Amino acid sequence: MKAPPMRLALALAVTTALILPVHAQNAPDPSDWDAVTEAAQGQTVYWHAWGGATPTNDFIAWIGDRASEQGVTLEHVKLADTADAVGAVVTEQQAGRDADGSVDLIWINGANFASMKEADLLFGPFAEQLPNWRYVDVEGKTVTTDFTVPTEGYESPWAMAQLVFVYDGARVQDPPRTAPELLAWAESNPGRFTYPQPPDFLGTTFLKQMLIELAPEPAALQDPAGENYDEVTAPLWSFLDTLTPQLWREGRAYPETGPRMLQLINDGETDLAFSFSPGEASTAIANFQLPESVRTYVLEEGTIGNASFVAIPYNSSAKEGAMVVADILLSPDAQARAQDPAVLGYDTVLDLGKLSEAQRAAFDALDLGVATLTPEELGQALPEPHPSWATRLAEDWVARYGVAN
Amino acid sequence: MLRPLPLLTAGVLAGPVAFGLLGTVLPAFGLLVPEAEMPWAQALSWPGLPRALGVAILSGVLSTLGALTIATLILAGWHGTRAFAWLERALSPLLAVPHAAAALGLAFLIAPSGWIARVPATLLGWERAPDLLILNDPWGLSLAAGLVAKEMPFLLLMMLAALPQVQSRRRLRVARSLGQGRVAGWLKAGFPGVYAQVRLPVLVVLVFGITNVDVAVILGPNTPPTLAVQVARWMMSPDLSLRAVAAAGGLILLFATLGVLALWLLGERIAGRLGLLWVRSGRGLPERRARGAGLLLAGTSATMVLAGLAALAVWSVAARWSFPDPMPEALTLRSWSRFGPDMLAVAGDTMALAALATLASLVLVIGCLEAEHRFGLTLGQRALSLLYLPLLVPQVAFLPGLQLLPLALGIGPSWPLVLAGHVVFVLPYVFLSLAGPFRAWDARLARVGAGLGASRDRVLWRLRLPMLTGPLLTAAAIGLAVSVGQYLPTLLLGGGRVTTLVTEAVALASGGDRRAVGIWGLGQTLAALLPFALALLVPALVFRHRRGMRHG
Amino acid sequence: MLDRVSIARDGTTLLSVDATVAPGEVLTLMGPSGSGKSTLLDLVMGDLSPAFRATGRILLDGRDLAGLPPEARRIGILYQDPLLFPHLDVGANLAFGLRGGTRAARQAEVAGALAEIGLEGYAGRDPATLSGGQAARVALMRVLLAKPRALLLDEPFSKLDAERRAQMRDLVFSRARRAGVPVLLVTHDAADAEAAGGEVVRL
Repeated sequence: MKAPPMRLALALAVTTALILPVHAQNAPDPSDWDAVTEAAQGQTVYWHAWGGATPTNDFIAWIGDRASEQGVTLEHVKLADTADAVGAVVTEQQAGRDADGSVDLIWINGANFASMKEADLLFGPFAEQLPNWRYVDVEGKTVTTDFTVPTEGYESPWAMAQLVFVYDGARVQDPPRTAPELLAWAESNPGRFTYPQPPDFLGTTFLKQMLIELAPEPAALQDPAGENYDEVTAPLWSFLDTLTPQLWREGRAYPETGPRMLQLINDGETDLAFSFSPGEASTAIANFQLPESVRTYVLEEGTIGNASFVAIPYNSSAKEGAMVVADILLSPDAQARAQDPAVLGYDTVLDLGKLSEAQRAAFDALDLGVATLTPEELGQALPEPHPSWATRLAEDWVARYGVAN
Repeated sequence: MLRPLPLLTAGVLAGPVAFGLLGTVLPAFGLLVPEAEMPWAQALSWPGLPRALGVAILSGVLSTLGALTIATLILAGWHGTRAFAWLERALSPLLAVPHAAAALGLAFLIAPSGWIARVPATLLGWERAPDLLILNDPWGLSLAAGLVAKEMPFLLLMMLAALPQVQSRRRLRVARSLGQGRVAGWLKAGFPGVYAQVRLPVLVVLVFGITNVDVAVILGPNTPPTLAVQVARWMMSPDLSLRAVAAAGGLILLFATLGVLALWLLGERIAGRLGLLWVRSGRGLPERRARGAGLLLAGTSATMVLAGLAALAVWSVAARWSFPDPMPEALTLRSWSRFGPDMLAVAGDTMALAALATLASLVLVIGCLEAEHRFGLTLGQRALSLLYLPLLVPQVAFLPGLQLLPLALGIGPSWPLVLAGHVVFVLPYVFLSLAGPFRAWDARLARVGAGLGASRDRVLWRLRLPMLTGPLLTAAAIGLAVSVGQYLPTLLLGGGRVTTLVTEAVALASGGDRRAVGIWGLGQTLAALLPFALALLVPALVFRHRRGMRHG
Repeated sequence: MLDRVSIARDGTTLLSVDATVAPGEVLTLMGPSGSGKSTLLDLVMGDLSPAFRATGRILLDGRDLAGLPPEARRIGILYQDPLLFPHLDVGANLAFGLRGGTRAARQAEVAGALAEIGLEGYAGRDPATLSGGQAARVALMRVLLAKPRALLLDEPFSKLDAERRAQMRDLVFSRARRAGVPVLLVTHDAADAEAAGGEVVRL
């Protein structure tokens, strides 16, 4: 690209400085990638990402090694909940810290993205200017909307997720494939099923999945929850009221997270679980965390799927470095590594047809693992409901089951 | 230079607490956090409140009573015996084991699929673990048990330290010569004096039991969690207005704690009256059973913590290990090569933080004690309560304020803030540990030195401090261990950006990877224990040719 | 010289002394415990506890000691315990009060002092391994090597057995005389006072 004439650039700079006092002074231009990589040199990127599973932590550390090759230091701030990072940015904004913020990159999607975008807390658009964006499967995968909210370049996808159910084949012959079947199974196997305690995102996803199964008109979930909330969710609550006494510990305790729920299978405490990553069970088997007899499956009517994204807060002190990291995450190398069940087992966001022979070979060579379903078996993922549903479901769940018994 | 130090130290102790409480009170009443609407109403209307508060108080009181009872029984029944010497040796290192690491080990031990349950499971061929609510039980009983195991050694060692001051041996001899049994005689003649000496540590244990976060997160209930855990969650919530609710919750917990403290003090009086009646009645105790119970309970709780640490060690080298196998299918170093380097890097940061906090505390404490020696500057009896202030005011009541107030001034969570927070908690322990030996040092040595022409500084650096090498290193080791164990100050004041072994270990506890938990938990334990080992080893080596320096 | 020295606590006078000690002479203060003998020594050392109030002047070689810090007064003190510094070897104990000179000179001085008290070659020894009498002699030499301008003795012989006590008395007083420093002896043992041979003040 040809640089604009000097005078024009100066005028632009002055005008921008006048219009956007603090904000834009250090706002980089994502389309000038050379300038971005140059400015990124020596930057430290604090990536706030969920730190509850060791495979993701290891993967992020590997991304850090790639980043340091490009002169960017990556620090993984391990969160118990993504909302913590959103909170940090909100706090800084309210304290007037509009530059030099402490969060540079967030692993994000759904309600957190919706609320940050709504509150103008994100830098961008940048995603579609990343060099590796050209490989992204824009048509086949839900990478430009996030829980029905258009991303508009304010977040960059890096992994596909789809809910799969996990069971120990040595103990369960015919796992339940619909919500009513699940209830019946739980009644004949009391104490052998549980789910992560909402508002944990995986626990909330289970509620959404059951809601899709049980709601008379699942299409209503694509619109924000409104007056119809009580009516639409009524079948879910009556389902849970029946299910809860049949749960592990009779629903008086819940695992905190998804990995903890998988551990319960290994501990012989439960027989059925689920995961938001089709490869997680295989990864866990490879890491000795699950028995080798564990397998996965999806429900008859399909399961919810979504994409994981990264977004950059408006007040990040290392936006260029953060973009470099986002781009590394989209690189065929990183995507192939993420898909390797021995590493992470996350589905790629790339369109393999857009890759070169050599790049594709890395994906073809992957052994997806004994417990991983093929794309055909996974089937088409069901769309996520609008984020407002998840928020209200989680709140309601806490009030109903989370505080008293 | 020395003169302002006692005042500065008092400021370091009281300042953050006062500042923090202010920073908690303001938002609770709708100031400082603009978005908050009626934080009090919100906190009070949280449906989990009665239970969260009830469980916190129950587990706090139960654990304190339990730890105190066991420590007393063991001291009364066994002090001076070989079994006691063995137990003391086994318990002392437990003191340094960080709460979180001990809790992580216990969690695996007592779960229905844990190590203990695997014994009958293997013998009887269970394929499935029993569905029993042992861990995270809604009444916080496993939480209380975990706290007992961890606090009992602390109280026991505190009571041991108090024994010489109350001349318990002579009192016991008199009591026994009057026909009292060993345990009954000690309880009647020795306990009141000893209890008066360890009263503040007992209250510290009580407050910690009610308000701790790290142990409660691991062993405590979840539906709902204890109030302290809930306050910490509100604190870390993305919704800023919830921080005001957290502040209100912290104050509710503070008032509840003060109430419990008041009741405890009342209970002390009633117990004293009852004790007097008992003494007058002349009745004894079932001596053998009391002694047996003491040894059994103390032995069990020590064994539990040690077995929990052993479980962490085994998990860290375990290949596949499923229920009901008592041991892994194979051992592997894979987990160490996966998590070891990370752990070591964080261990380095943790120790750097701990070393700085300890160094700062040592400088302040030595300065205070030396000022006391030189100028007779003491803060009097009030100084002692000041020392206990940060330990007696619940952390969740003033740490939120300590985060919110600097934030309002534009100082975000940061490493220096964490360091300052650590000093507040390290300083009291360093002071309590060093003050005794420092004051007990023979002041005539200073006069001899002065007579030989040595200035006061030279006396301090060349005579007093070298002669106190052992106590100094012990105080430093205690300081390091306290810092290594600080969870909430690190989490809240660091805003999640400052990671130490304990924040990582607790964060991992909610995930499913026991191998990682094992490595991080062990790392934390070693980080706390190693300084103690060095504190024993270094003086023994340096002064191996100086007999007069042993037991100095 | 103690010029109308008086020490009081909480307004009650504890003791009053008015005396002069010539170089090489011994002034003995005798009195039961609690009569304030040791407090007087603290005052002379310049290390009086703030709980006490003192009036009067203390002059040494004609100079008023008031306001001088203890280390600048150059007044050596011996207690009933030898109080050797346990973390230093015997040689380092002796050298503690030595100033200036080369390292070799200081070492030679230490060796000479050890020879004088019959402990040649003891410089590297752990003080805790010395016998009571040996330690007492080292303590004496340690004080003398620092070349004090006055010597205070606080019940220095009370912990020695009868035989050694006589020996130590002779040694201490003869050395003090040879050094030509005034000595202030505090004791409750009349035999000490007798052996010292100087003026005796009873408190």
